[in-house]
Amino acid sequence: MTTFLELLVNGISIGAVYALIALGFVIIFKATEVVNFAHASLLLVGGFIVAKTHESLGFWLALLLGLAGAAALGALIEFAVIRRANVVSHSILAIVTIGVDIVLTTELTRQIGTEVLALGDPWGSEVLHIGAVNIPLARIAALVTASLVIALFLLAFKYTNWGIAMRATAEDSETAALMGVRRGRVSMGAWAVAGALAALAALFMCIFPTPGLDRTVTATAMKAFPAAILGGLDSTTGALAGGLIIGVTESLVGGYQSELVFLGRGLGDVAPFLVMIIILLIRPAGLFGTRELARV
Amino acid sequence: MNVHDPGPPGDSGLTVRDLAVNYGPVTALRGVSLDVPRGAVVTVLGGNGAGKSTLLRAISGTLRFHRGGIGAGAVAFGGRRLSGASTSAVVAHGVVQVPEGRKVFARMTVEENLRAGALGARDRRAAAEARERVLTLFPVLAERARQRAGLLSGGEQQMLAIGRALMARPKMLLLDEPTLGLAPMMALRIADTVREINAQGTTVLLVEQNAALALSLAGHAYVLEVGRVVLSGPAAELAESDEVRRRYLGIGDDRDEALLSGAPSIRPALTRWTA
Ligand SMILES: Nc1ncnc2c1ncn2[C@@H]1O[C@H](COP(=O)(O)OP(=O)(O)O)[C@@H](O)[C@H]1O
Ligand SMILES: [Mg+2]
Repeated sequence: MTTFLELLVNGISIGAVYALIALGFVIIFKATEVVNFAHASLLLVGGFIVAKTHESLGFWLALLLGLAGAAALGALIEFAVIRRANVVSHSILAIVTIGVDIVLTTELTRQIGTEVLALGDPWGSEVLHIGAVNIPLARIAALVTASLVIALFLLAFKYTNWGIAMRATAEDSETAALMGVRRGRVSMGAWAVAGALAALAALFMCIFPTPGLDRTVTATAMKAFPAAILGGLDSTTGALAGGLIIGVTESLVGGYQSELVFLGRGLGDVAPFLVMIIILLIRPAGLFGTRELARV
Repeated sequence: MNVHDPGPPGDSGLTVRDLAVNYGPVTALRGVSLDVPRGAVVTVLGGNGAGKSTLLRAISGTLRFHRGGIGAGAVAFGGRRLSGASTSAVVAHGVVQVPEGRKVFARMTVEENLRAGALGARDRRAAAEARERVLTLFPVLAERARQRAGLLSGGEQQMLAIGRALMARPKMLLLDEPTLGLAPMMALRIADTVREINAQGTTVLLVEQNAALALSLAGHAYVLEVGRVVLSGPAAELAESDEVRRRYLGIGDDRDEALLSGAPSIRPALTRWTA
C-alpha cells in the first residue's frame, strides 16, 4: 500500500510536469495549428540556461533567466518561421519545426557532451516522511509549482483579454481578425508562454531523483507528446488529463516492473505510448479534443 | 424613407475606386466604385456569387484569409487609405465588419463574445460604455450572457454578431447579409436595429439579397452583378425601376421574371411548360 501511494504521488508529480509541456504544445497548436516538434528543444534550452548560470546568479535568478530565455526563443521561432503560415501549409511548418529541433538539440547536446549538469535547486535530495510514505521534497515542489502555474494559466486563459484573444483566434482566426485581434501577436504570445512552461518543466525533470540535466532529457520530454495527443491536441483540459494519465501510468508500471516482467523490460518507458494508442483507437480526437490528428 | 444628406463628395466617408479583386486566377470584382457618405445607409444588392462578400473583404482587409488580393483600385475611409492595411488597422480606423453567416464564437459564452468584440479597442472606459449600449439595444444578450453562443437561435446569434461588432465602437459598420436565413419577423427586427444604430451616428454599408428590406433601409443603392456595378441610384428610385422590381423584388411580368431571374435556364423553362 505504501509503495502504491508513493508511486501514485510520484506519478502525479511527474504527470503535472508533463502537463506543463503538453499545455504549451496545445496552445501553440490552438494559436497557429502547427504541431511543434521543436518543443523538446525549447525545454532543453531552458534547462541548459539554468544549469549554466545558477552558480554565478544563484538559483532563482537563473531560473528566471531560463524561463525568459526559452520564452524568447519560442517567440523567435514564431517570428522567423511560423509567420510564414500564410504561404505554406501547416504540415510543412510542422516539418520545419523538426528541422529547428534538430539544429538546437544537436548544438546543445554537443555542448553538454557526456556531462550531467546540476541545476542548483534548493530542494536537493531531501525526503519528506508522511507516516510510512516517503516522498522526495523535489517531487512535492514539482507538484505544487506545476499545479499553481497550471491553475494560473487556466485562469488567464478563461478570464483575461489574452485568453479571449487566444480562444477566439483558435476558434475562427478570420473572425477574430475582424475584432481587431492581431494574429501575429497571439501566435507569438503562445510560443513564448509555451517556451516558459517548457523551461519550468525542464527544471522539474532534472532535479532529484534525476541526477541532473544530460543529453537524454529530450527523450524524457518526448513522453509529453502522447500526453498532449491523448488528451486532444486542441484541448487545455486534455493536456492536463493527458499529463496525469501518462505520469501515473509510467510511475505505476515502472514501480511494479518486477511483477510485470513477463511483458518485457523497459515497459515503463513504452507504457505512455501504449496508453496513447489505445485511447486514440477508441477516441481518434483524443479524450477532450475536437480535431483528429489526420487533419494536421 | 431614410434619405440622408450626402454632404460634400468624398467627405470622410467610405470611397471605393475602380476596385478589382482576384482569387488567384479568378477575378471576382472589376472596376467597382462606390461611395458611402458619413452618416448614410448604403446598400449593395446582388445575387449569390455577385461579389458582395468580396467587396466587404476588400474593405476590411480579410481577402488574405481567402487567398485573394486587390488587383487594382483603392479603398479609403475618412481620407485614409484602407487598401493594403491590416485588418486590425482597419478596425482601429473605425470600420468594422459583421461577417456573413454571423460567425459567433460558438464555444465561447455570449459575454466572452462581446469581450472579444472590444479587443481591438484599447480604451477600457469606452468598452464599458459600448457594452451598455449593446445590452440596451439587445436586452436578450444580457439574459443569455453566460450561455454558449452556439446555443443561441439564428436571430439571437445575428444580434450577438452585430452587438459584438458594436463593442469596437465603429464609425462605420459593414453588414454582410444580416437577415440571411432568418424568419421574416426576425429580419424586420434586425432591420429596425440597423436603423437605430444608424440614427445613433454609425455609417452603414449593408450587403443584401433581400432587396425589399435593404431598399427600405438605405438612402442609396448599388446593384452588383458578376463583379460589376450595373445599376446605382437613390434607393427609392431603384425600388421603382422595372429591372430591380423584376429581378430583385420578384414583381412584374411572369414570363420575363422567369427569363431574367438569372437561374439556370432549364428550371424556369420547365415550370413554364408544366404551368
Ligand atoms: N476563396 C475564394 N476562392 C476563389 N473564388 C472565390 C472565393 N470566394 C469567392 N470566390 C468567387 O468570387 C465570386 C464572388 O463571391 P462572393 O463575394 O462570395 O459573392 P456573394 O457574397 O455576392 O455571394 C464568386 O464567383 C465566387 O465563386
Ligand atoms: Mg456573400
